[in-house]
Amino acid sequence: MREEGNRFSADSLKLDAAAEVERISASIRDGVFTQLRRKGLVIGLSGGIDSSTVAALAVHALGADRVIGIFMPESDSSDDSLRLGQLLAKKLGIRTFKEDISGILKGAECYRRRDEAIKEVVPKYHAGYKSKLVLSSLDSSEFRISYVVVQSPEGVQTKVRLTADAFLALVAATNFKQRTRKMMEYYYADRHLYAVAGTPNRLEYDQGFFVKNGDGAADVKPIAHLYKIQVYQLAAYLGVPDEILMRPPTTDTYSLEQSQEEFYFSLPYDKMDMCLFGKNHGLAPSDIAPAVGLSDQQVVRVYKDIDAKRQAARYLHASPLLVEKVSEM
Amino acid sequence: MASIEAEVRQYVVETLLFGRKEVELGGDTSFLESGIIDSTGVLELIQFLEEKFQVRVEDEDLIPANLDSVNALTRFVENRYVTSERTGS
Repeated sequence: MREEGNRFSADSLKLDAAAEVERISASIRDGVFTQLRRKGLVIGLSGGIDSSTVAALAVHALGADRVIGIFMPESDSSDDSLRLGQLLAKKLGIRTFKEDISGILKGAECYRRRDEAIKEVVPKYHAGYKSKLVLSSLDSSEFRISYVVVQSPEGVQTKVRLTADAFLALVAATNFKQRTRKMMEYYYADRHLYAVAGTPNRLEYDQGFFVKNGDGAADVKPIAHLYKIQVYQLAAYLGVPDEILMRPPTTDTYSLEQSQEEFYFSLPYDKMDMCLFGKNHGLAPSDIAPAVGLSDQQVVRVYKDIDAKRQAARYLHASPLLVEKVSEM
Repeated sequence: MASIEAEVRQYVVETLLFGRKEVELGGDTSFLESGIIDSTGVLELIQFLEEKFQVRVEDEDLIPANLDSVNALTRFVENRYVTSERTGS
């Protein structure tokens, strides 16, 4: 971590990229070969910054011939996800497999269940519409409320507050996507005696921005300790293509383009990063507010929101609870 | 007939506290500060208010002063009842 005197800035999060890449690589080698006794790593490639960085780190640690990338598009995926994933895989020289998971999702009735959930609050909604889930802004209320935004075939957008029933039904249906992808990653891991790499960064890991037993499941999570700004730093160091570095973070889960900030964080990742870093290092809201570009009061709200999300994330992180410890294991 | 405060309290204990009566819940205990409500809980609370008391909860109503404790909820519902009786809506 570098400090510019005592003044906090985004540079405060910067690290020694070369040293960190070597440290992570050593951890991956030890984890995969020694602790897990697997021959390599499987990574689901979304064309985003996190999976691209994890793939590049895996190649640095294990060699390209011990890394498998899986593309898993579905009906709502952006075309860019597959194209950028393929761009990265070609650059890294890794083996890849493409699995369109739309059929599995249709079999599980993911899309039908999602559409029925949306119809509960938007009766005119039908399959020709596009949709996304958004969260109320940080300034509007201390209570974070979920809305669905639908777009008619004519392009007219409507934003409607979700009921609890519709929200739970919508999230449960769309979570099929992350869980199906993880199921497919473990197919390839079993098939090749590999382990599965998870791709959450620190923001996502800390704040519970993942689906339990979906993208939250993995054998190793090489960037879970890194702030997103640091992930970008390592990505650039490892030569991840510029087009991936420049791509805005997206959930790629809903049919309407949806940023992570409107879905979960309510702030752009760089501001969230700085707030999380500030809170983790005991900095007062007034110490970081100028650098983040927020008022002191807004940072207070972000700090509170971080605590609230941590509480909600406990369930997501929890291992199965046992009545008593099984001492032999 | 149970009072609004009693009905609100019963809902909070049964739904947000999962029936754990041993948890101390003061009238002014903040749901946010005590961590007994999350974003899903807020949506459930709104649904309860709208269905049980037939009040419309608007987006601008979603502030701690209205929803963050048993007493706040009780005042909010009572005020809405008075308002709707006056306006006839």
